[in-house]
Amino acid sequence: MRQGGQNRSARWLYGAMAGVALIVLPFVLEKGFSEYYLYLAIKIMVWALFAMSFNLVLGYGGMMSFGHAAFLGIGGYTCSLLLVKTSCSLALAFAVAPFAAAAAGAIIGYFSVRIKGVFYFATITLSFAQLVFILAFKWRSFTFGDDGIQGIPVPALISTDETYINYYFFALIIVAISVYLLWKIVKSPFGLMLRSLRENPERATFIGMKVQNYRLIAFVISAFFSGIAGVLYAFLETAISPDILFWSMSGEVILMGLLGGMHIFLGPALGAAIMVLLNSFITSYTEYWGMVLGIILILIVLFFPKGIGGVMFEQSQKWMRKKGV
Amino acid sequence: MDFDASMLFIQFISGLSRAMILFLIASGLTLVFGVMGVVNFAHGSFYMIGAYMAFTLTQGLTGSVGFWAALLIAPTIVCIIGGLVEVILLRRIYDKEHLLQILLTYALIFIFNDAIKMIWGVDLRIVDLPESLAGFLTLFGHRFPVYYFFIIGVGLAVALLLWLLLKKTRFGKLLRASAEHRQMVDLLGYNVGGLFTLVFIMATWLGGLSGAVIAPTVRLSLGMGIEIIIEAFIVVIVGGLGNIWGALLGALIAGQIYAFGILYVPNYAMAFLFILAAVIIIFRPYGLLGKQAQARG
Repeated sequence: MRQGGQNRSARWLYGAMAGVALIVLPFVLEKGFSEYYLYLAIKIMVWALFAMSFNLVLGYGGMMSFGHAAFLGIGGYTCSLLLVKTSCSLALAFAVAPFAAAAAGAIIGYFSVRIKGVFYFATITLSFAQLVFILAFKWRSFTFGDDGIQGIPVPALISTDETYINYYFFALIIVAISVYLLWKIVKSPFGLMLRSLRENPERATFIGMKVQNYRLIAFVISAFFSGIAGVLYAFLETAISPDILFWSMSGEVILMGLLGGMHIFLGPALGAAIMVLLNSFITSYTEYWGMVLGIILILIVLFFPKGIGGVMFEQSQKWMRKKGV
Repeated sequence: MDFDASMLFIQFISGLSRAMILFLIASGLTLVFGVMGVVNFAHGSFYMIGAYMAFTLTQGLTGSVGFWAALLIAPTIVCIIGGLVEVILLRRIYDKEHLLQILLTYALIFIFNDAIKMIWGVDLRIVDLPESLAGFLTLFGHRFPVYYFFIIGVGLAVALLLWLLLKKTRFGKLLRASAEHRQMVDLLGYNVGGLFTLVFIMATWLGGLSGAVIAPTVRLSLGMGIEIIIEAFIVVIVGGLGNIWGALLGALIAGQIYAFGILYVPNYAMAFLFILAAVIIIFRPYGLLGKQAQARG
């Protein structure tokens, strides 16, 4: 990947093509299909951002968090509550939300990152997330309880009442910036250190790395971007309820990582797209979406444990080698 | 609320019966982890299948006969399904990383949930208690449902049987040996693969039994499996992963925490369980009865 020159310009070319496609896509979807597909496209973007933020912890940090719904939910709830309960502007509410999620990430991470062992890490993050869920569910006077918040006052400019087009571009810009920042973080020396920690924590400690600090920073960054995804999620649905905080949401984002491939940067985004599309198409044919998803997951675990993105990456490498590139 | 000793006694008994249900479920979970090193997320599904089987059996055979038959047959059907799952799927992933094991059993939750939806539909189902167990029992001037004591009795009986099996039989010795050192048992010429299948069958039998036992006390719904699995998972972690007595202790604590939590702060009773889990993992990560060496995974 580092031969510079040719590869670099090729990457720019692919990037530009993807950019153009993402800009043209909503018009094609709206004219050729229906608003529903536009909604699906936005949903994929939001989940993709969530899955990629999460993957900073799972794929790059090697920490199996089972509580990431907490950060998605805290982001969404913070922004929604500020808009509903105070006269706070949209920009301010949007800006505060990820920091609230990151603060929660700092607290939960502080206790969790020192924990060794997949199951213990999963349980402690799950426990904290369930506490947040119970709070949102039961603290009626503050969070509106299980009714949730309906009709979040989304400003007219990005309102989804008439069309999803404006909101599509709003979400696209936010997601693109976030993904770019995540890419920069992953490629930075910090990202490299994080991966070396995942591969060999003992050796990393020997050369003087403060393991827990790196893991905590990754956890907080991941929570921050999950919080952004949470805000986009709440705006898309113009409603939020404690469901967003339930542990099955944390499970779903793990599945996306596995499905797409958690050792590839864009893998989780691919996983998110597959999950959202499959869910929408299969549920329109049968109510047994879970059966189909379960079978797909089992096939992935047994035959493609590196995920679909991982398989595609390997195949493309093979193909390039054959072509002598 | 006034401090009232008799109220405490009532909550204590109700907490005890809840603890025994939790122990029945957690024992299967911890057995599988202790011997096989796999966390079976789908354990809640086996519990749910047990409960729905009990529903069908009590519909077919009315009266007391149906209930007792359900108690015997439901776990048996569940453990046959469990055996198939082990042979067809689980044994392929013992050497894979934990994440993949978790995901495979997680996928099974989706499949079993939909299978139950196909067979029994989405309506809430109710299992009737047999007359012999439907009454009340007076203890120190308080009336308790007889069924509370039935649940406690089943829990204690299972604990006793597990103790006898693990400590007094050759099979139990083998189980403990493979929990300590799987390769060595394999090298000594024992059929570890077959042993694992048997353990999984036992564990899912326990899961099915707990479902059949709890069926008359709740409304059966498609969410019941995933509702219980998180709680059972925490019980197992609190007690020490892979430790049967830890599961019993964890269940007793969780049962009482819930019973008294609901008395004083009804809205947040479940929160105490999660706080307990977090505190245990932070200060004693291998659980109350777990040994340091068992804190693997």
